[in-house]
Amino acid sequence: MSDSKSRRSWIADHIAGLPRSGIRDFFELVMSMDDVISLGVGEPDFDTPWGIREATIHALEKGRTSYTSNLGLLQAREAICDYCTPHFGIQYNPKTECIVTVGVSEALDLALRAILNPGDEVVYHEPCYVSYSPSIRMCHATPVAVTTKQADNFALDPEALAAAITPRTKAILLNFPNNPTGANLSPEQKQRIAEIAIERDVLVLTDEIYSELTYGPISPSIASLPGMKERTILLHGFSKAFAMTGYRIGYACGPQVLIEAMMKIHQYSMLCASIMGQDAAIEACRNGRPAMEHMRFEYEQRRNVIVNRLNKMGLTCAKPEGAFYAYPSIASTGLDSAEFAKRLLMEEKVAVVPGSAFSSDGASYIRCAYATRIEVIEEAMDRMAAFIGRL
Amino acid sequence: MEKRREQILQVLRQNARLSAEQIAERLDLDVTFVEQVIAESEASQIIRGYYALIHDKGFKQPQVRALIEVHVQPERDVGFDRIARNISRFDEVSDVILVSGGYDLLLTVTGESLQDVADFVASKLATMQGVQSTRTMFMLRKYKEAGFKLEEDDVHERLQVTP
Repeated sequence: MSDSKSRRSWIADHIAGLPRSGIRDFFELVMSMDDVISLGVGEPDFDTPWGIREATIHALEKGRTSYTSNLGLLQAREAICDYCTPHFGIQYNPKTECIVTVGVSEALDLALRAILNPGDEVVYHEPCYVSYSPSIRMCHATPVAVTTKQADNFALDPEALAAAITPRTKAILLNFPNNPTGANLSPEQKQRIAEIAIERDVLVLTDEIYSELTYGPISPSIASLPGMKERTILLHGFSKAFAMTGYRIGYACGPQVLIEAMMKIHQYSMLCASIMGQDAAIEACRNGRPAMEHMRFEYEQRRNVIVNRLNKMGLTCAKPEGAFYAYPSIASTGLDSAEFAKRLLMEEKVAVVPGSAFSSDGASYIRCAYATRIEVIEEAMDRMAAFIGRL
Repeated sequence: MEKRREQILQVLRQNARLSAEQIAERLDLDVTFVEQVIAESEASQIIRGYYALIHDKGFKQPQVRALIEVHVQPERDVGFDRIARNISRFDEVSDVILVSGGYDLLLTVTGESLQDVADFVASKLATMQGVQSTRTMFMLRKYKEAGFKLEEDDVHERLQVTP
């Protein structure tokens, strides 16, 4: 009798080597407890505005339940490109320079898969969204992190970026406004990064999913700067600004040749984004602005409250310029972020995400999402202050 | 500063019970500035009053309310103003709005009972000089008022931690 148990490893080496998401264990712990106030949620607490939901229902009523063109409904691409012109300061051709994807996450994955050969390098900045480094590795490429610093309000220092670029660098990956820091780039920093990209002949992938949620002046995308359209893939979607996370609708805009390459992967894997989601996206582009501005004003008030309270309890926190995250330093408590988060959860039932989930350098920070009602934020801050008072 | 002033009013309209300190924190302003704007707005009657939005469930005998469309004969020089002001003087009348469309004024009238409201319309309102006709619609159930839903929506629970 032979042993039926295989001695082979079924998991591909590059997948086996990926770390588990840093917040997975913490998530399990939070889920096991009742009455937790969570500042750990990276999605809007608002329901999708009714006009957008109603457009989805209308789509279903009309029987719009089929596949769409691989690139997405032409009408959706037209609405998206019309939206991008005033919002990002750049014009794209809906027929050739835009693809609708299943969330911005798929758009990023397509972009990376379309451009990377094994061994290529992508320079990105940390702290950042948890998927960037794994997504690059899944393309058999090498992620190269540049750490952004609290002293710079977590904006990317263009010269540190330049220093990380090697002849193997294929692209730089930007995410501003940033998750988890809320940092943004100034027009001057964007200009300098654009110059570096052109000088070193690398692509720029810019994930601007939080671009509407900017509380100061909104500056045009790096994609709109001279010489940049031809080397930039702009990644965006509807999840954050329009509270449409569950719809999973994102998009990429960029040079035809790159969109075409991304389309090939999308065509053979995802086929297309859901048609009713695309119908909802059209409504969001055309008529979603007032609801979005209302939500932005709410987020801005919450930001002011949370930043004020964090600083008052001695956790240094720069005022985030965008997104819905505060990223205070907890260095003064002497705890590392995982321990801080765990004890805060156990002792005060408040959930925050340890900075170590977003950066190898994040042990002195926690992420507090303020996509939660202001009264809840106030209660969470009272509990956190009590916790810190006892340390 | 004009934008800031409007933001203070906007926040107050949403929740009039917020203190000047809370408003200042939310809008990142000086408390004294917020206090000054509120005081000025009250003095200049930009802020006309504060009231609580209370569900009928709070009372054993909720008030009866009716929407009333009123056809009015406009008057030389003053148009609808004189009669609208006179209608406003009745305590029974809580809203008076001049509207476009098939009639001229839309009122909300309240009373202790259906009979109360009917009597008011028949004896006070319809008999006013200039009032040509009225149409009374009793309110049966209110679903939303001043931007606040009056019924509970199903709550969809989000995940507690997401990246």
